[in-house]
Amino acid sequence: MSGGVDSAVAAARAVEAGHEVVGVHLALSRMPGTLRTGSRGCCTIEDSMDAQRAANIIGIPYYVWDFSERFKLDVVDDFIAEYAAGRTPNPCMRCNEKIKFAALLEKALDLGFDAVCTGHYATILTDADGNRELHRASAWAKDQSYVLGVLTAEQIEHSMFPLGATPSKAEVRAEAAERGFSVANKPDSHDICFIPDGDTRGWLADRVGAEKGQILDRTGSVVGSHEGAQAFTVGQRRGLNLGVPDPDGRPRFVLEVRPKTNEVVVGPKEALAIGEIAGSRFTWAGLAPEHPDLAFECDVQIRAHADPVPAVAVVQPHAETGEPELMIRPRTPLDGVAPGQTAVVYVGTRVLGQCTIDRTVSAVPADA
Amino acid sequence: MVVYLDHAATTPMIPEAIDAYTDAMRQVGNPASIHSQGQSAKRMLEEAREVIATSLSCDPIEVVLTSGGTESINLALKGIYWKRNVDSARQVILAPGGEHHATIDTLEWLEKHEGAEISWLPLDGDGTVEPAAVERALAEHGPRVALITMLWANNEVGTIQPVTDIAALAAAHDVPLHVDAVAAYGYLPVDFAAVRRDSGSTGGAGLAALSVSAHKIGGPVGIGALVVSRSAQVEPLLHGGGQQRQVRSGTQDVAGTVSFAVAARFAQARLSTESGRLTALRNRVIAGILDAVPTAKLNGATGSNRLPGNAHFAFPGCEGDSLLFLLDMAGVSVSTGSACQAGIPEPSHVLRAMGRDELEARGALRVTLGHSTTDDDIDALIAAVPHAYAQAARAGLSDRKTVLGS
Repeated sequence: MSGGVDSAVAAARAVEAGHEVVGVHLALSRMPGTLRTGSRGCCTIEDSMDAQRAANIIGIPYYVWDFSERFKLDVVDDFIAEYAAGRTPNPCMRCNEKIKFAALLEKALDLGFDAVCTGHYATILTDADGNRELHRASAWAKDQSYVLGVLTAEQIEHSMFPLGATPSKAEVRAEAAERGFSVANKPDSHDICFIPDGDTRGWLADRVGAEKGQILDRTGSVVGSHEGAQAFTVGQRRGLNLGVPDPDGRPRFVLEVRPKTNEVVVGPKEALAIGEIAGSRFTWAGLAPEHPDLAFECDVQIRAHADPVPAVAVVQPHAETGEPELMIRPRTPLDGVAPGQTAVVYVGTRVLGQCTIDRTVSAVPADA
Repeated sequence: MVVYLDHAATTPMIPEAIDAYTDAMRQVGNPASIHSQGQSAKRMLEEAREVIATSLSCDPIEVVLTSGGTESINLALKGIYWKRNVDSARQVILAPGGEHHATIDTLEWLEKHEGAEISWLPLDGDGTVEPAAVERALAEHGPRVALITMLWANNEVGTIQPVTDIAALAAAHDVPLHVDAVAAYGYLPVDFAAVRRDSGSTGGAGLAALSVSAHKIGGPVGIGALVVSRSAQVEPLLHGGGQQRQVRSGTQDVAGTVSFAVAARFAQARLSTESGRLTALRNRVIAGILDAVPTAKLNGATGSNRLPGNAHFAFPGCEGDSLLFLLDMAGVSVSTGSACQAGIPEPSHVLRAMGRDELEARGALRVTLGHSTTDDDIDALIAAVPHAYAQAARAGLSDRKTVLGS
């Protein structure tokens, strides 16, 4: 229970469904802030108190479990390392993968619980053979199945999402108000919970360090300089301050960040279009496809709030390393895909699996 | 059945203290008022103060009533430090590691805002302050020492400190000593006059101040006392009407004091029988738990050097908060000994000060007994521990690598 409205309502619904429920708040920082500020909506002492008040009203016991060390190692340090390596990670997915449905779930199972129940908007369905499948929430606008795409069959086996069938967030808030929860109108959390002021770039610069480097075009010519490659993300247009104008006079965008050489590659907007993405860190959310090595039709989604795009996917050995990777070719090229992001693969409403993107292939060759 | 074994956190109010509290609350009158109701309130207040003074073997005028242990400790440490620095620079404060947070945080505040230098004294493996270390620190810092502060008995691991020996050292060096007797009060004889006499304390040197709290002995939360020797000097924290020797302004809490006094009288009257009874029960807890979980270790001193109602264990390979949770689910309330804000468990700073590594400090569990504890409570605890430990050990430590999600 984060102290937000969703987990409070989820807990109440789980109790009413007849489960024996204990409220658990995750302590993810050794030095939590005292009060909510700005856009943050979890991880402060006030949030912990909000969660406890909701648990009191529901009439369930409430405890704080400390996972601050694992959170630092698996989420915060991973976030820094991924950025330092020029990738764009999603720490919320990492937290679901490593903390909520791993560290928390394992401890819960060991202490005698059967499942972790959260306020995520997603649905779990059971197929004819009793296998559990992860699906989108009924209300697509609130659907959070993307950030749960990292879950494996075993994790889904022990997960419950009581809000999956709710038509809208307004409904959840109304239910919370009816139940007398003080958090009924608490603002949603957004931004990254461990970056208090929301200044991700500044926070990263303090930890990754920044050094002057070169900005190149797709032919390798130097077109400008920068104060640190890690400050750039693929698709970025502003803040390039290029000394040499593009011959066509058109705006240029970041196409690639190369942390090893501290270089940033820029080019025209159409060069952002990605025709192929692939990653060797892939998982299946439930039963794996019977023949993943045969290309199959699916939809791919590359951000929490992006639209899914029809695609063809296949598991094949990497051309150089021979390591199996999940390779996905969207039927229409995707803009602004960066390594480190997660590509979640759907079949209809079902989450089939995901990969962390290692490499992308532009739909527009450099010499075009 | 709910088994309450966290009496060091707070102990149930005794019925007589509740009755006295509610009766006194029905009466109007500010003890500072001159009219009859004021005089009546004043009489109730001072009679109660006399009873509290008797329970501590000090003079009634030396009892400064406060809102509780934390305020008493703040008043003693800040008040003495400020006074001691009026005529001369005496900025060193001697304090053992493993003190209560009311002391640690106050000292850190003095360090940050008032230029204090804190000399943290080591504890031995049992959590005892070594008088030799105090003597060395006094010799090292000499006339620059503002005060010494220490626990009478450690609230977490229950170790009783050589208070008189250290008071004697303080007296010999002409330094005031404050003792935090919150955990000891009601469980051990806390005899202010005897310590002063036996340690040769005179004037403001030696034992000068002592903190206690009512809710640890069956009285209400919200009232405590700082015994301030009549010759000791403290600068007030609160300014206003000048009540209580100008040391603690604010309308005095007659009902709270009356109730506190009832609890103090009861605690004092049954101290000798109760300490024997609790010691026997505590020994059952220690034997029962070490028998059920042979790898568990008792922390703190043994025998008569330990608070009668305290048993504190280290359980290897598990988190204290897992054990606490499982025992709570089984209807047994205990403590990890150290909880900080928002209930985030921290490895015990007391165990760290006793030289234990963080791993050992994590599986800490404190069982504390009090006036309502029975043999049945101990049976229930001993019956619940083996299963709880087995399950908590399976869950292991919270920083372990996960199998899921990797």
